[in-house]
Amino acid sequence: MQGPLRNEQAAFRFLLVTFGAFALIVVAASIDTTLGFITWIVLSAAAVWYYLRRRGARPAQERVERVGRSGERRVLVVANEAIGTEEVFSAISTRALSEKTRFLVVSPALTTPVAASASDREFARAAARERLDEMLARLASVGIEAAGEVGDSDPLVAVEDAVRTFHPDEIVVATPPPERSRWHEAGVVQSVSARFDVPVSHVVVASESAERDPPADEHYFPATPDT
Amino acid sequence: MSAHAEALHGEHHGPPAAHQSSRVDARVLGMLLFIGSEIMLFGSFFAAYFFIRVVNPSASTITPDAWQFWPPCKEPPVNGQCTAGQYEFPVFVAGVNTAILVTSSFTMHWALQSIKRGQRTAFLGGMVLTFLMGLTFLVTQLVEYLHVGFNTGAGAFASVFFGLTGLHGAHVAVGLSLLLMVTIRGFRGHYSPEHHHGVELPGIYWHFVDIMWIVVYTTVYLL
Repeated sequence: MQGPLRNEQAAFRFLLVTFGAFALIVVAASIDTTLGFITWIVLSAAAVWYYLRRRGARPAQERVERVGRSGERRVLVVANEAIGTEEVFSAISTRALSEKTRFLVVSPALTTPVAASASDREFARAAARERLDEMLARLASVGIEAAGEVGDSDPLVAVEDAVRTFHPDEIVVATPPPERSRWHEAGVVQSVSARFDVPVSHVVVASESAERDPPADEHYFPATPDT
Repeated sequence: MSAHAEALHGEHHGPPAAHQSSRVDARVLGMLLFIGSEIMLFGSFFAAYFFIRVVNPSASTITPDAWQFWPPCKEPPVNGQCTAGQYEFPVFVAGVNTAILVTSSFTMHWALQSIKRGQRTAFLGGMVLTFLMGLTFLVTQLVEYLHVGFNTGAGAFASVFFGLTGLHGAHVAVGLSLLLMVTIRGFRGHYSPEHHHGVELPGIYWHFVDIMWIVVYTTVYLL
């Protein structure tokens, strides 16, 4: 999160900047009132410009701390309504065979921008929970241990949340084919890859089940994509 | 299946677990929202101030034609001159008070940095100094009110003066309460390099109060 008061250090820095800016305004106003007003305008514009520039800057790649026992591998799986497809199941089961692996499956609560702005997320979260429960039950039936959680409607925020708590060694993002995927259009996979220093795998879902039930990202779009 | 997954599948009572983003700590977010509401409150007072001073200056005083000066004349001006002199804001005393308050932000920052490094003595020293300087500011402001030479009945200019500085004083009082709690908890052995959130949040608030004072002092006393 950005902002001049996001923590004590930033607030202290902001105090110093404010002090300097107002000292400048007072000096300018003591010379001429109009000059003081112009100084105020210029400094305000500079502050807005600086804030917007920083806000638009791409965040630096984040180092994901490795945790867990030695030999243990942690895989974070993020998928929308494609979560229950063969491709995702296969991606997980393949990794489960290779070594001691822990899985966290995240199902973002897909919603529309209008619904998100009105905090109308209950139905989206319930649907995401239902999809997640089905997938976890299916994995459990073949002996694969996996935890799961419903994520934020913005897939990047959902990944961020999960990375903070789970510390994955690999992130798997499942989407429909590019021509039918809003996540793909928003560059979610590339953004996740650029954001975290762990390998990111992209599973493209094109199975029969996905054809029967068009994935939600055909219809929904995260509130703040690709932030 | 892991405990996490079992919890998800287990029977659940009560409201669903709160969903929160890891982008910002919930407690910091609470403080930021509080500060946001405070900015709006100060904004309304500044709106009144600028309205009286710029848009409708004749409302600023009960003395005829005295509004042509800022601060207004004590008596009606004669031939465009303030023969009886103008009301005066205690610029120098408030300036010293400003220096004290800004310095208290330095000691607050020092205190937090000290506890982050595990330097408990420096942390406690910083907190005590911050509290004392904040208290000095508040007491000085109260003394200033007693000697300022006008009261709220002197016109709208006096009302906005006492309104803005008093509103800020109230915030200093709230900040002092927070600082006192932190200081007492500090002396009782609370806080550590790992757990110092209880120092950070009052620190943010204290810096905000100082920032607002810089704005208040500049606009009311200096400009």
